[in-house]
Amino acid sequence: MKELTVKAETALLDEVTDFVNAELDELGCPMKAVMQIDLAVEEIFVNIASYAYRSADDPDKNGGAVIRVESAEPGTGDPNSRSVRITFEDRGIPFDPTARADPDRTTSAEDRPIGGLGIFLTKKIMDEVRYEYRCGKNILSVRKDFPVL
Amino acid sequence: MTINKTKDGKALTLAVEGRLDTITAPDLEAVLKEELDDVGELTFDFSSLEYISSAGLRVLLSAQKRMNAQGSMKVTGVSEIIMEIFEVTGFSDILTIE
Repeated sequence: MKELTVKAETALLDEVTDFVNAELDELGCPMKAVMQIDLAVEEIFVNIASYAYRSADDPDKNGGAVIRVESAEPGTGDPNSRSVRITFEDRGIPFDPTARADPDRTTSAEDRPIGGLGIFLTKKIMDEVRYEYRCGKNILSVRKDFPVL
Repeated sequence: MTINKTKDGKALTLAVEGRLDTITAPDLEAVLKEELDDVGELTFDFSSLEYISSAGLRVLLSAQKRMNAQGSMKVTGVSEIIMEIFEVTGFSDILTIE
């Protein structure tokens, strides 16, 4: 298990992505799954950086995002499948993104709201998205299963 | 991310290379804001695009809305991985993908 604590700041997205990708590389995660996990990581981290804390200069933003990467029990019984779990913790405003209704994907470009896609995309491309609020922390974790090459 | 612009009369092609994410999407947005005024035909060449997140999708959606009003827009060179993102989000129904 590897853990990174960073300031909850969008500008640090590359640092977070690099940290996660180094771990995925160790786990032998194939390129397609890496891209999908990067997407989930970006959506979740940017959400924390943008909305978890009350203001841009909130001192709680310092060290306000913790990201953990660990190999997980595969969701499938397939011996050729492995899993990784990525967990995000913040000490910000309680918010359960999994409780949000999915956007309507059938509307035309004109009627489509700009935004609201991030968590929907995360739910679609991850095999599990789990939220809990514990000890004053939002804890959001995603699991991705991938084939061993 | 790098953006290569090719302009031919009213046709503008933007070849986007690398990662279109929260950090880089504002750069593409700025190019569009600057260049779209007299464009009737906008093409995004994604053959060297490695990654797109919802921030990138948002820029595509606003470009599509704008081009619906003033001409046409298409997306070319979409890889399998990026096509899957378009399909999951329903963007494959909104965009003209060639």
